[in-house]
Amino acid sequence: MINITIEDRNGTRQDIVIPEGINLSLMEVLKASEYNILATCGGMGICATCHVQVLEAPGSLPPVNDTELDMLDTLPEAGPDSRLSCQIRVNENIAGAVFRIKGESNE
Amino acid sequence: MITTDICIIGAGPVGLFAVFEAGLLKMRCHLIDALPQVGGQLSEIYPQKPIYDIPGFPAINAQDLVNNLLDQINPFHPTFTLGERVEKLERQEDGSYLITSNENTQIHCQVVVIAAGLGSFEPRKPAVERLEDFEGKGVAYMVKNPELFRDKRIVLAGGGDSALDWTLFLSEIASKVTLVHRGETFRGAPDSAEKVFSLAEQGRINLILNANVTALNGNGHLKEISISRKDKTVSNLDVDYFIPLFGLTPKLGPIADWNLAVDKSAIEVNTQDFSTNVERIYAIGDINTYPGKLKLILCGFHEAALMAQSAFKYVFPEQKLSFKYTTVNGIHAL
Ligand SMILES: Cc1cc2nc3c(=O)[nH]c(=O)nc-3n(C[C@H](O)[C@H](O)[C@H](O)COP(=O)(O)OP(=O)(O)OC[C@H]3O[C@@H](n4cnc5c(N)ncnc54)[C@H](O)[C@@H]3O)c2cc1C
Ligand code: FES
Repeated sequence: MINITIEDRNGTRQDIVIPEGINLSLMEVLKASEYNILATCGGMGICATCHVQVLEAPGSLPPVNDTELDMLDTLPEAGPDSRLSCQIRVNENIAGAVFRIKGESNE
Repeated sequence: MITTDICIIGAGPVGLFAVFEAGLLKMRCHLIDALPQVGGQLSEIYPQKPIYDIPGFPAINAQDLVNNLLDQINPFHPTFTLGERVEKLERQEDGSYLITSNENTQIHCQVVVIAAGLGSFEPRKPAVERLEDFEGKGVAYMVKNPELFRDKRIVLAGGGDSALDWTLFLSEIASKVTLVHRGETFRGAPDSAEKVFSLAEQGRINLILNANVTALNGNGHLKEISISRKDKTVSNLDVDYFIPLFGLTPKLGPIADWNLAVDKSAIEVNTQDFSTNVERIYAIGDINTYPGKLKLILCGFHEAALMAQSAFKYVFPEQKLSFKYTTVNGIHAL
């Protein structure tokens, strides 16, 4: 099991337990956990609406590639700890990480 | 005022195809879209991606599909208002509608078709103090009329193609152009980035890297802008216009206020004809919801066809509609 923590837009934290080997992205896990995020492009990395901030990362998150950086650059509020949740695969490397939801709400 | 039979809100693929289906029944359409170009998500988000599930096209590039849709509806001479967002729908005494855009364009129509997809595409706004106070008074999110900027002092912000392209363009006509970018490399086309660096070296533009615009000041119109650098120093600059260019994002916007039955940001419809709970208003494509809804272009096309058959009764109340295949008359015979 992989444990991560999600902080929503109100600052409330919730732990999420994800079975190993499910081959989902963090964006898909957030959607499945009923977090309100747009994820307009469905995870293709071309809409930048699934923005998260990495608050803690004890493991090694996959590096940000150029395409992800390009998209993050369209977000005026992005910082050095910003990521697109659809570009992060859920596996043991993200265990213990704390993510804050920054993406636009779908309401 | 523009007068038409059907006003289609949203010129995405589904709104465009609705013109064809309405045209076959001799109904005239006017389309209005918040974006400066037609095509909706296809042109805005993924113009160069191939689409594989359009019948008859094993693969088609998204922008090519939009271009083909435009060719297909051309015989029906639809009219367009682009770069304006519909703000208001007002029902008239005779049941028809008056539609008003954010720029006060008015369209009178018998039937309203909402093909608004994910909502209207709006500019992403940076967190800058008093940004909204100066909208239309020095803050602009797109360059609609470049002449407005002639001989003016402009600050642009952003690191993508539009920030680079407009910096290059405005450097020719503005009295002073400053580009503020929070990084030190650009994600836009390398060629444009090179040109921007070269103009900066020649002193023809002012390039401020590793910095953000943080506050605006003025009295009635923008006068001064504060720029904070990574090293925490802040400088102020006299300006006439600030143009932040951080791309667009869809927002449901005013649709939420039109008394339509809405479930999770989508408009509930009757699947018999895709009518909404309000008479003469239909909703087709990604904006609607019903049991089994699939957000696919193909499904939106089907919805457009059924909508047009139903809308006919409002446009031609005295005529009876009998279904005919397009091939019976051919579109050019219409
Ligand atoms: C990355 C990606 C890949 C996709 N791939 C496929 C695929 O392979 N096959 C497929 O079938 N579908 C695909 N889709 C889904 C497809 O793009 C949508 O189903 C389709 O675009 C819906 O069309 P639409 O005309 O309903 O809405 P949209 O394309 O969203 O267009 C709606 C338009 O309405 C305008 N608008 C909204 N509100 C207002 C207002 N108040 N005033 C003025 N204008 C307004 C918007 O600006 C927009 O231009 C994909 C989507 C994405 C993001
Ligand atoms: S869902 Fe579009 S970039 Fe992640």
